[in-house]
Amino acid sequence: MTSTPDPSQKQQRREHGLMLALVSPALLVILALIVLPVGWLAWQSIYHDGFTLENYRRVFTEDIYWRSFALTFEISLAVTGIALLLGYPVAYLANSVPKGWSILILSLVVLPFWTGVLVRAYAWLALLQRTGVINQLLRYLDVTSEPLALVHNTFGAVVATVHILLPFMVLPLYATMQKIPSDLMQAGASLGASPSLTFVRVFLPLSLPGVLAGCTMVFVLCLGFYITPELLGGGRTVMVSMLVSRNVELYNQFGAASAVAVVLLASVLLIFAVVSRFISLDRILGQK
Amino acid sequence: MMTKLNSGFGYALLGASLGALTLSGTAANAAEQITFVSQGGAYQQAQTVAILDPSAKKLGITINQDSIPDAWPAIKTQVGSGKPIWDVVDTPTGYCLRGGEQGLIEKLDFSKIPNAAAMPEAYRNPYSVSYEFYSSVLAYSQKTFPKDAPNSWVDFWDVKKFPGRRALRNHPIATLEAALMADGVAPDKLYPLDVDRAFKKLEEIKPHITVWWTSGAQSAQLLNDGEVDMEMAWNGRVSAVAKEGAKVAFTYNQGVLQSTSLCILKGAPNLETAVKFLNEAVDPVHQANLPLHIDYGPGNPKAFETNVIKPERAAQLPSEPVNAAKQALMSYAWWSSPAGEAAEKRWASFMQK
Repeated sequence: MTSTPDPSQKQQRREHGLMLALVSPALLVILALIVLPVGWLAWQSIYHDGFTLENYRRVFTEDIYWRSFALTFEISLAVTGIALLLGYPVAYLANSVPKGWSILILSLVVLPFWTGVLVRAYAWLALLQRTGVINQLLRYLDVTSEPLALVHNTFGAVVATVHILLPFMVLPLYATMQKIPSDLMQAGASLGASPSLTFVRVFLPLSLPGVLAGCTMVFVLCLGFYITPELLGGGRTVMVSMLVSRNVELYNQFGAASAVAVVLLASVLLIFAVVSRFISLDRILGQK
Repeated sequence: MMTKLNSGFGYALLGASLGALTLSGTAANAAEQITFVSQGGAYQQAQTVAILDPSAKKLGITINQDSIPDAWPAIKTQVGSGKPIWDVVDTPTGYCLRGGEQGLIEKLDFSKIPNAAAMPEAYRNPYSVSYEFYSSVLAYSQKTFPKDAPNSWVDFWDVKKFPGRRALRNHPIATLEAALMADGVAPDKLYPLDVDRAFKKLEEIKPHITVWWTSGAQSAQLLNDGEVDMEMAWNGRVSAVAKEGAKVAFTYNQGVLQSTSLCILKGAPNLETAVKFLNEAVDPVHQANLPLHIDYGPGNPKAFETNVIKPERAAQLPSEPVNAAKQALMSYAWWSSPAGEAAEKRWASFMQK
C-alpha cells in the first residue's frame, strides 16, 4: 500500500461518491415505499404470534390455489402469444416505414396508456356485450341471428388484457428491430435470397432478443392482472390476484394474502432467472 | 410560574405566552370532537345532511369525516398500531362483529346508548348498532317480463317457466340464503344455513348464470344494458337505474335484508364523545331523515313512527315493517361463526369448478 494516493484513483472515488449521492434519494424512496412494505408483508406471511408456515401449507395443499395458478399461467401464455402475433407486424411496419410514419404508429400504440385501465375495461364491455357495438353490427349484417357471448368469459378477459399489454410487446420489439442493420437485408437480396427467405433466415433470428424481451414483459405483467379479468371474466376467471384480495377478506390476516403474493413473486423471479440465461436482463428492463 | 414572573420581564413575557398556550390548549379540549368514517360518495353526503350535521349541532361537538370503501384492513392496521385515529366507523355489520371478537372493536355499554337499547335485539349486537339497511333483491327487466315477472327465488331457479339470462353476486353472502329459499326454506327459518344444501342448489342454477358480478356498479350496468334479464342486486342500485328511465323493477319478496352498523374502534382517541355520538346517530328522527336523501332504510325501526317519512316513501324502503316482513334478516352472527367462515372459504372452489 502506498501512502500517497494516486490522483486518478482519488478522482474516481470522488465520482463514485457523487454518483451515490445522486442516486440516494431514489434509493431511499424505493427502500421506503417498496422494499420495506413488501418485506413487511412477506414477514407477516411467516410470522403471526410466532413463526408459522400455515399460510404456505394452505397455498400448496388446497386445490383452489393450484387451479388459480394454473389458470393464471394459461391466460398469461395465451395473452403473450396473441400479443406477439399482433405486435410483431406492428413493430415490423414501424421499423420499415419512414421516420414520420413510425412516430405516428408508435404514438398510436402508446395512446391507450393515457386512459385508465378501468375505463378501458368498460369500453370493451360496451363493444363486446350482447347489446354492444360488435354484436349489433353482426346482427345488422345478418352474420349471426343470436348475439355471441364475447364477454363475461375468458375470451373477453383475454381480449382486453391483450389490448392493455400490447405496448409492452411492441416497444421492445421495435427497439430491437431498429438495431438490425438494413445492409444485412440488402446483402441477403444481393446474394439471391427472396425477401421472405431473408426475413426468415436473417431478420427473424436477429429480432429474437426483442421477442423474448417483449414476451417476458407481457407474461410477467399479465400474471398480476386484477381489474380486467375481474370485470370482464364474468366471475369465472379466478386469477391469483383475486385470491390475494379474497384472502384478506377471508382470513383477516395480511399474511394469508401475502403468502399468495410471495409465491407469485417467487415464480416471477424464477421466470426472470431462466430468461436471464438466454438474454441480459438489461435488455428486458432497460431496453438498451 | 410565580418564580418565573419574579425573575424579570423576560421571564414574565415567557410566562404569559406559556399561559396563553395552556389556555388555548384547554379551549381546544373543551370543544369535543370525533372522527367518523363511512364509505364516501352520495351515501356519505346523505348522512352528512340527515344525521352528522344535526348530531354535531345538538351535541355541540365537531365531527371530522373520513371515508374509505373498505374500512376493515384500516381498522386492523390502526388498532394494531396501538394508536387508532378514527373513533366511529360505519361498516357492514359482519365486520363489526368479527372485529369485536378479535378485540379490534369496543364492547358497547347499552345503558349509555338509550336509543340503541330501545331497538329490537336483532338490530344490535354487543359491538355495534344497525345504522342503515339495504337489501339483496330479485331484480328483473320489464322488457323481458312485462307481466308475470319472477317474484321469488323459486321463480329465479325455474329456467323453463322464466327463460332468460341471469346474474348472481360473486359472493356467498346473501347468495346462499337465496339458494335455500329457492329450495323451499322459509325466509325466517334460514339460520343456521344448511351450507351443503345451498351449494347443491347453486350447482343447479350455475350453468344458467351468465355473469357472477363483483361490484354494485356492474350489477346495475348488466340490468341497464340488457345483458341479463334477471339478477340478484342491491335495491338502491336497481332503483337508481329505474330512476334514469331503464325498464327495470325488483321485488322485496324473499329479499335478504342487510345492514351496515356503527362501531367504535378499540382504544378510540375520543371514546366518551364517540359513545354520545353513537346514541345520537341512531336517534329515530335523524334516522328518519336519511331515506329522504338516499334509497336506504333507517337502521332504527322507530324512525317509521316519527311521521318524518311519508307512507308512499316508506313503502319503497327495505326496512319498512311490511317490506321487512317479506324478507330474510341476515344473521351476521352466523356468517362470522366458524360455520359461516367455512362457507365463505368454500365459495372460491365452487366458482372454479
